[in-house]
Amino acid sequence: MKITFGWLKEHLETDASLIEITDKLTMLGLEIESVSERAQGLENFVVGHVVEATKHPDADKLQVCRVDNGSEIFDVVCGAPNARTGLKGIFAASGSYIPGIDVTLKAASIRGVESNGMLLSEREMGLSDEHDGIVELADDAPIGALAVSIMGLDDPVIDIAITPNRGDCLGIRGIARDLAAAGLGTLKALDETPINGTFESPIKVTIDLEPAYGDACPQFVGRYIRGVKNVESPKWLKDRLLAIGLRPITALVDITNLMTIEHCRPLHVFDADKVSGNIHARMARDGETLLALDGKEYALDSEITVIADDNQAEAMGGVMGGEASGCTEDTVNVFVESALFDPIRTSSTGRRLNLQSDARFRFERGIDSAFLVPGMEIATRLILDICGGEPSELVIAGTEPDRSLSIPLRPARVKELAGVEVDVAEMQRILGVLGFSVTHVGEPWTVSVPTWRNDIVGEACLVEEIVRVHGYDKIPTTPMQRDEVVPHPAWTLDQRRRADIRRTLASRGLVEAVTLSFMDFEQARLFGGGADDLKLLNPISSDLGIMRPSILPNLIAAAGRNADRGIADCPLFEVGPQFSGDEADGQAIVAAGLRAGRRGRRNWAEAPRAVDAFDAKADALAALAVAGAPTAKLQTLLQAPGWYHPGRSGTLNLGPQTVLAAFGEIHPGILAKMGVKGPVVGFEVYLDNVPKTKGKKAKGTTRPLLKLSPFHPVSRDFAFVVDEDIAADAVIRAAKSADKELITDVSVFDLFAGGNLGEGRKSLAVNVTLQPTRQTLTDGEIEAVSKKLVAAVEKSTGGVLRT
Amino acid sequence: MQDKEPPIRIVVPGRTYRCDYDATHSPMFHQVEGLVIDETTHMGHLKGCLIDFCRAMFQVDDLPVRFRPSYFPFTEPSAEVDIGCTREGGEFRIGHGDDWLEILGCGMVNPKVLENCGIDSSKYQGFAFGMGVERIAMLKYGIPDLRTFFESDLRWLRHYGFSALDVPDMTGGLNR
Repeated sequence: MKITFGWLKEHLETDASLIEITDKLTMLGLEIESVSERAQGLENFVVGHVVEATKHPDADKLQVCRVDNGSEIFDVVCGAPNARTGLKGIFAASGSYIPGIDVTLKAASIRGVESNGMLLSEREMGLSDEHDGIVELADDAPIGALAVSIMGLDDPVIDIAITPNRGDCLGIRGIARDLAAAGLGTLKALDETPINGTFESPIKVTIDLEPAYGDACPQFVGRYIRGVKNVESPKWLKDRLLAIGLRPITALVDITNLMTIEHCRPLHVFDADKVSGNIHARMARDGETLLALDGKEYALDSEITVIADDNQAEAMGGVMGGEASGCTEDTVNVFVESALFDPIRTSSTGRRLNLQSDARFRFERGIDSAFLVPGMEIATRLILDICGGEPSELVIAGTEPDRSLSIPLRPARVKELAGVEVDVAEMQRILGVLGFSVTHVGEPWTVSVPTWRNDIVGEACLVEEIVRVHGYDKIPTTPMQRDEVVPHPAWTLDQRRRADIRRTLASRGLVEAVTLSFMDFEQARLFGGGADDLKLLNPISSDLGIMRPSILPNLIAAAGRNADRGIADCPLFEVGPQFSGDEADGQAIVAAGLRAGRRGRRNWAEAPRAVDAFDAKADALAALAVAGAPTAKLQTLLQAPGWYHPGRSGTLNLGPQTVLAAFGEIHPGILAKMGVKGPVVGFEVYLDNVPKTKGKKAKGTTRPLLKLSPFHPVSRDFAFVVDEDIAADAVIRAAKSADKELITDVSVFDLFAGGNLGEGRKSLAVNVTLQPTRQTLTDGEIEAVSKKLVAAVEKSTGGVLRT
Repeated sequence: MQDKEPPIRIVVPGRTYRCDYDATHSPMFHQVEGLVIDETTHMGHLKGCLIDFCRAMFQVDDLPVRFRPSYFPFTEPSAEVDIGCTREGGEFRIGHGDDWLEILGCGMVNPKVLENCGIDSSKYQGFAFGMGVERIAMLKYGIPDLRTFFESDLRWLRHYGFSALDVPDMTGGLNR
């Protein structure tokens, strides 16, 4: 909201400086966006009169102007096409600084003619980009007068961000009232004295609303004024409107704008001669249309409040007037509307019609329900002063809605809630200046809320008003109370796991990324997504149209982008949500990662190799281990989702149903569709599936007694020939089961297929560690365990010892 | 609040979404919200807590911090918090200066919010605050474009990232 300093002072009697006012406004919650002291740097420019303009003897496009600055006459060489004898412009003498072009003028000879000073364009003054010619002032501008005052630039413009609760400060008077409460002056009285109408308005007003729509327009105040002249507005009014960025049009329009800005009282002025019969506030009829003042035609419906005459809708209530009954320069008789419209309906009408206006902006925040008549009187006085005419008696339809609200206030609440001691007399003064009336006989006080403060609904609001005006800076800073010397851990188990996994994966060389929760719809389908309930209603772009069903596609796309920039070896991970539905349980936390390209750099000792599924499996296992999953009990199953390579992937399960992780090469078909070059391997750890407790005895911090064997462990190798589709994991499990006490580790170290093994067979070589606890193993004991082991593998996998 | 009886002291980080996209707006960003509810916490505590936070986060011991009235529907009274900065010579610096920079929003929890969560607002009160994680990171580390946070450019991630073991704690404080 833009206002000018001078305009503010029309309502605030104050000696405060501009800077005091603006600092205070910010600390009142009326935040200053900018302050423009437009006169700054222009103080030395004066009105110059071109006594005579003659052609430059040596240049086609230049003229020599003799310029009178009120005391002296200077020769000025000027290239502006509009420079001519008799023109009044802005004169800058030699030695003055020209802000728009960053030049300090010097007397100079231009093609042989001495030039002393300059006639300025708007661009040279730094006011706009206008440079087609020099500024032309009115013929009656006094020669030698200060340019800034003639141009109406000597009034600083203050731009204030008004929060949505402070509709009352969308009028300059509301801002002045806050400043008065804060002690920066006193609020001047308003002249609201009724104007005696000299005749009865020939236009009558009715409110034709069903009871259910009664709030749409509870009250309408009108007045007929005959014999007006819709002249050009006086300079003071035009200057103010221009200062805040409004274009002056005609006096009647400008007066309604003034009422909006100054009093937050949007009005509408109908050309009474274009109104057929009487005025009615009613709901629009379906199919009705209105050509509004913005030149656009709007389709109305029965949820939109209109002001209509006997024939048709003439204005959209609270939003915008219609072209047909608008005022023109030829308007003679007018009908002025000062009405109240429902905030919610005004807002929804504006939104549906995509129509913003100064009126809507105010009505949707709620305007003063008691200011319809005073606003009309002030506006009438302005119209009579500027446009002349003869006013009718007021026409009033409907009644002022009862908005009276009294709130009990315990003065002690100020200290309890805000932590600052405010003197009771000061509390009463603040509330009083803000327009509240306070009955303070006993406690609680009874505080009645002024009609313009619809944001005040409870005791906490009153505390805020008092403390806001008293000053947040006066609230003493108090340290938080600590309930315990050593705080309990703040992290939940899930939070700790995520943090541990992040650190573990990062220390394995993966780089943490955060990608968007959305992705492309078609790509989401490749990863099991695409459900309608996960589509965004209003996506920022079509390739971010759906919530991601998996983190991997975003990481894969990131790897592709990095490869495009020349970084083919891309290790990334992300811990975050993936989405399966729009219910609360449709969001799962997953740690996903990928590696693309090769591992290691080219070097003399070891050739880099392409990443493979086992890299992803190791990452997944490391994440699971640090999350506390029982990794020793995990089964590796060939059940990875479809976006993994069917033969180079797997899942890590705790039983057949509980999948803790999936890993493997990303399916080459999917990489091709996403335009990413392989190999890319990835993993997904489903954190929500990791058991919350470590087995049954998770209580306490004691650990099982450590039994360290003094006897040397024995290592033996076995090679089993099994069917091709037998997982190595099955062989390992079988081998371990042969003697759970003695066999402490089994690992695969070789894989061979082909040769004389036959079609569909493979050889798996495992290394088995036997750890005796009672005595060193004899050959016989080792042999016995070996036999048991071979038998166990054969029984569960059909594998036979390779000979 | 619906599940737990006061006193409540929580900090809640999370993903947040909006329909906006430019150098300072991204359709997804992170927000950290804090909430304290008990019988005595007032605005002075809110100031103490957030001034400490701002000074620790930006590692300026005497960082000027200003509380300015504002409006949020869920707090009453409400405030926006500004920190001191300078923009002299086209260079932005956080600390003592002639200018202010808005950093977060806060206030005393609106009694209606408490009532809606089944908490007796005649007995309990407290404060809440919220701030954008990326915004603070942009200011602290001088990152010019919010969108780059989510592009996963390895060069960016390695430049602005931290060591896996660099964890702030009570004794070591914030290292970076």
